[in-house]
Amino acid sequence: MSAETTPGTGAGSAETRTPSVRGEWPLYEVFVRGKRGLNHVHVGSLHAPDDQMALRHARDVYTRRNEGVSLWVVRSSSITASSPDEKDPMFAPAGDKVYRHPTFYDIPDDVPHM
Amino acid sequence: MVDPNAQSSAVQNLKQRTARKGASKGGVVMTTQINESELEAQFAATIGAKDRIEPRDWMPEKYRKTVVRQVAQHAHSEIIGMQPEGNWISRAPSLRRKAILLAKVQDEAGHGLYLYSAAETLGASRDELTEKLIAGKQKYSSIFNYPTLAYTDVGTIGWLVDGAAIVNQVPLCRTSFGPYGRAMIRVCKEESFHQRQGYELLMTMMRGTDEQRASVQESVNRFWWPALMMFGPPDDDSPNTEQSMEWGIKTHTNDELRQKFVDMSVPQAEALGVTFPDEGLKWNEERGHYDFSTPDWDEFWSVVKGNGPCNDQRVAHRKRAWDEGAWVRDAALAFAENSAVDSAPTDSPETPTADTADTTAEEAAK
Repeated sequence: MSAETTPGTGAGSAETRTPSVRGEWPLYEVFVRGKRGLNHVHVGSLHAPDDQMALRHARDVYTRRNEGVSLWVVRSSSITASSPDEKDPMFAPAGDKVYRHPTFYDIPDDVPHM
Repeated sequence: MVDPNAQSSAVQNLKQRTARKGASKGGVVMTTQINESELEAQFAATIGAKDRIEPRDWMPEKYRKTVVRQVAQHAHSEIIGMQPEGNWISRAPSLRRKAILLAKVQDEAGHGLYLYSAAETLGASRDELTEKLIAGKQKYSSIFNYPTLAYTDVGTIGWLVDGAAIVNQVPLCRTSFGPYGRAMIRVCKEESFHQRQGYELLMTMMRGTDEQRASVQESVNRFWWPALMMFGPPDDDSPNTEQSMEWGIKTHTNDELRQKFVDMSVPQAEALGVTFPDEGLKWNEERGHYDFSTPDWDEFWSVVKGNGPCNDQRVAHRKRAWDEGAWVRDAALAFAENSAVDSAPTDSPETPTADTADTTAEEAAK
């Protein structure tokens, strides 16, 4: 979940705050494919020392009850996210292009299969 | 191997977050200056529309602090909550009961992790939260400061404590802070198993000997009042409730949820064949609810302040697990660092490392 907020926070804060000798395990974001035919969906995050352990932890934390058939894990620090502050310039170009939608076009009701 | 499309679909592409942070220091301000009152108005509009606040949105500092405090306290409760029941894993009466109890306690750990993950979206670090817990600077639910004196308590906790937790948590699925609500949805899905296994355990004992039935009643007597206290102090003594309701963090008051829990529990107790230790408990036709006596709030505050039967033991145990696990955390990190160094020379797209070679070959074969 943290990628939604502060990508890289996990790694950054580790150096400054933790009392442990080596610091905090890096943060990973977890994506689960619920079943074949569906996209992987973000479900949350976890800490792990490396990619393989992140997968194992993801299995234990996020798929204890057949929640998925496939898992992706990715370091939160590797994710680049848009910010809500840039919402307008980022997404506005799509807003005024109504002609991209099928409802923009008037077709007589008696034309079949359209 | 991750499908390369994932990067475009899962990840929105903008590095402005860091750029923006640096901007205020470096003097290169890219974004238009939006003043605080405009941001506050945007925030209030989002809350007013019952829309969710997401982690990177602007939010009042007090909102951020309130959410972090509540989510951390909730996470700590799940983690500390493993102890009372974990106490009986090695002494569960059958393999079936042991497997159930193990699964339940594992779920509590999972719930704690979902919630820590939600708190981290607001910049709190996991280690920092754990350190605050073991230093006594952050609280967890008082219910876990009561001991589990008999295996029967596993059943009572499932029925009443997890039952109360469900009443608390179902409305939280719609809390205004997005990650908290999403974590709650996952938790609630699993919590029903917790309550049902507890109730079934008690039903089984009620079909047993007189001694077993007495044990169930005795256990219910001990847990009833602490379970009612799980909803927090009465509304007129809960200073944060109003603000939290205004912000949509809470959607019901403590007393509303407590009443709901009492109303739900009475028929369950009747079906089970036990009573609650409250002579004031009776149906009020006019209100359409059960009346019940006032919990002993002096006891509640005393337990909150650290004087419950097990406060010291619970925190000491968590601290021991944390301290004794430090070498494992360090070793795993050292191993990861060494492995990264070992594989560094071959770490390029053209020459996959041993780990990825198999997958690549497998994909090529397809």
